[in-house]
Amino acid sequence: MKILVCISHVPDTTSKINFTEENTKFDSNGVQFVINPNDEFGLTRAMWFKEKQGAEVTVVNVGTSETEPTLRKALAIGADGAIRINTPATNSFSVAKQLANVAKDGAYDLIIAGRESIDYNGGMVPGMLAALIDANFVNNCINLDVEGSDAKATREIDGGKETVSTTLPLVIGGQKGLVEESDLRIPNMRGIMMARKKPLTVVEANETSKETTSISFEKPTPKGAVKLVASDNIDELVNLLHNEAKVI
Amino acid sequence: MEKEILRGGQFLVKETSCENIFTPEDFNEDQLMMKEAVTEFVDREIWAKKAQFEQKDYALTESCMRQAGELGFLSISVPEAYGGMGMGFVDTCLVCDYISGATGSFSTAFGAHTGIGTMPITLYGNEEQKQKYVPKLASGEWFGSYCLTEPSAGSDANSGKTKAVLSQDGKTYKITGQKMWISNAGFCSVMIVFARIEDDKNITGFIVEYDPENPNGITMGEEEHKLGIRASSTRQVFFNDTVVPVENMLSTRGNGFKIAMNALNVGRIKLAAACLDAQRRTITESVKYANERIQFKTPISSFGAIRQKIAEMATNCWVGEAATYRASKDIEDRITLRQNNGKDTHQEAELKGVEEYAIECSILKVAVSEFVQKCTDEGIQIFGGMGFSEETPIESAWRDARISRIYEGTNEINRMLSIGMLIKKAMKGHVNVLEPAMAVKEELMGIPSFDVPDYSELFSEEKNIIKNLKKLFLMVAGATLQKYGEKIEKQQQLMLAASDILIQIYLAESAILRAEKMANKEGEDNVKEQIAMAKLNLFHAIDVIETAGKHSIISFSTGDEQRMMLMGLKRYIKYVNMPNIIELRHIIAEKVINENKYCF
Ligand SMILES: Cc1cc2nc3c(=O)[nH]c(=O)nc-3n(C[C@H](O)[C@H](O)[C@H](O)COP(=O)(O)OP(=O)(O)OC[C@H]3O[C@@H](n4cnc5c(N)ncnc54)[C@H](O)[C@@H]3O)c2cc1C
Repeated sequence: MKILVCISHVPDTTSKINFTEENTKFDSNGVQFVINPNDEFGLTRAMWFKEKQGAEVTVVNVGTSETEPTLRKALAIGADGAIRINTPATNSFSVAKQLANVAKDGAYDLIIAGRESIDYNGGMVPGMLAALIDANFVNNCINLDVEGSDAKATREIDGGKETVSTTLPLVIGGQKGLVEESDLRIPNMRGIMMARKKPLTVVEANETSKETTSISFEKPTPKGAVKLVASDNIDELVNLLHNEAKVI
Repeated sequence: MEKEILRGGQFLVKETSCENIFTPEDFNEDQLMMKEAVTEFVDREIWAKKAQFEQKDYALTESCMRQAGELGFLSISVPEAYGGMGMGFVDTCLVCDYISGATGSFSTAFGAHTGIGTMPITLYGNEEQKQKYVPKLASGEWFGSYCLTEPSAGSDANSGKTKAVLSQDGKTYKITGQKMWISNAGFCSVMIVFARIEDDKNITGFIVEYDPENPNGITMGEEEHKLGIRASSTRQVFFNDTVVPVENMLSTRGNGFKIAMNALNVGRIKLAAACLDAQRRTITESVKYANERIQFKTPISSFGAIRQKIAEMATNCWVGEAATYRASKDIEDRITLRQNNGKDTHQEAELKGVEEYAIECSILKVAVSEFVQKCTDEGIQIFGGMGFSEETPIESAWRDARISRIYEGTNEINRMLSIGMLIKKAMKGHVNVLEPAMAVKEELMGIPSFDVPDYSELFSEEKNIIKNLKKLFLMVAGATLQKYGEKIEKQQQLMLAASDILIQIYLAESAILRAEKMANKEGEDNVKEQIAMAKLNLFHAIDVIETAGKHSIISFSTGDEQRMMLMGLKRYIKYVNMPNIIELRHIIAEKVINENKYCF
């Protein structure tokens, strides 16, 4: 089985978020980047397929050379090869199109993407990618087994779970549940040493059309201080809710 | 330009360019990945289970050590031929550094195994010994311990009473004796044991296997109940006619003391490294608390008293990093150089490389172990009453820090060693102090120039001060040596004072060079906190040096000589454009408080 894992290069969740160029660009200064958590769950599941079922695992990212350390971390964790599509990831559709080119060329059986990346939280790439390459698609996937060309996947639905059977080629939008946090792998020292010896292929982007462009970003207004109202002072509470918070 | 590799101790008489020192900013991508991997391991497996470690659950220590083995952390410095990674000395220090993230407790188990438990075999073992033991130690299948200390032989390590008696057929030794304070004793399979054969002047090293099912005369004391480092097993080990094949002698008869000392040399710089992430973690915990804790309707981090602590804690940590990584890279380069010259095997190169920098290793051990102590102490102070509670991580951090000033040679012993070794190096001509010392003497006779040089360039005055502080050391130490000659070793207080000066010089210089290197690369405006830390540290260094210098001078000189030396002292600590250190502290604290973590 040939697996392609889509890896998004995202700011660590503890990063301070700021924007530059008149709020049109994310300020990456001093920000630590990591493998998108949903993708890491997928990568870890892919490693399981590699070890238990002999799958071959390639990781792919759409991005400039700054994302290579993240790809090399995936190699250190155990992926066999990496591909970087050399263009900045600007919007979901163009990213999906770039990934589709690589996916078609490599004739992958299973493509694991994350349900969403934790930077822009678009959540659209996996679905678009599946449509572009005409593959089956399971989103919000929390469990996945493959036998031959048959796949059994469980996805999270409102208030419960749904298990579906489908066939390869398949694209999933994965999340926690594919594996648990405790299954995530710390790259071992040999893996880190080997990562440099594994192929990291840079391919040029096919077309870099921009269907949507960001005009500006805005941060939410910071939460104010908490006001404590004595439990017997209902009038004050009503007054605050009505006149200050304006919610009643 | 090729990097000029200074020999050990030469920093005292030569200038170093900032381009010639390695700093944490120079970590390459692999090193950054290693740092992340180790930190992730500490976060997930150690820090998260801190409470359980505090309950003295040594089985947990053992299982975490095994995990560390699976992740390859135990084999960083082991040559590839013996199942290791064969990585460089900087990598080794980096792992020791970040494994100490859980404020130092687990790192003793780690250090005792990878350092003193494994190194004596990789450095002194013969081919069969290395093939037999090292791969298993590197993978974590077996754990090692190091049995040197005895009830009556602590700092005086060569005075041990443990005996090794050769059997009549000449095939085995029988070891009998008592060892104490043995780290990892609770779960080790291999022990490096030092014992005396007949009435030899020096002890001899042996590799002793231990299998609890077949104890071979070895019994263990109960686990010691210690002030701190509760993730580390410490027991007494008793040997009663323990039979050891003659093939298991390490190196040659009587070479044990040398092995023991060299193993400790390497251990010292690694211990310094292992006091670094403990500080980063403590600073981060403290600043987070200070930002959240409200008193007088404001976060306590807005108070000058707390900001001062945060600034000083961050500065010490940053300075410790600068000096530790500077020395680690010098050692690495020296090892590579020796190996490339084709004269040395890797084993010999590594031994001589580290031995070369034994002075720096002692300096670092002392300085950084004292930094972590101060850091955790102030950490508790920032936490106030909560800092005294077992519920906060600061309480154990403080207890864990204490041991670093005691083992790997107490700080007193290491201070005296640093001076003792320097004198030896000077005698051998490896560090030419004679000429510079004469030049200082001459300079002192002359009339000082009252011109103020152009100090407009960054650190131009500070670098001049460092030069002067080196002269000051030569003046004080030179006069002490002249006065007491070989009997100087008996003048411990003077040795300690000289060592304080030496330590401050190495650290202050490392910090200035680190900040200068960063400023050259990123521009002064972008590294103003680092510049502030380098200056603040130098300012304190001058104070320490002045005190130590004065104490020495007034103790061994009188009259004109004393007056002249006191004047020299004043001249060499002169700081024309003294920085406003309160301002500096605010610059540093502001950044740490804004970032809500140690962020340099
Ligand atoms: C938790 C822990 C783990 C340890 N792990 C190991 C281990 O794995 N293997 C091992 O072999 N040992 C180990 N040790 C032992 C440790 O190395 C010794 O405790 C240390 O070397 C000091 O020896 P001592 O305790 O006998 O103190 P002493 O030597 O009795 O020292 C007491 C005091 O006297 C001072 N002093 C001693 N001699 C001099 C001198 N000549 N001049 C001036 N001052 C002097 C010391 O600096 C100290 O302040 C461990 C100790 C502890 C506490």
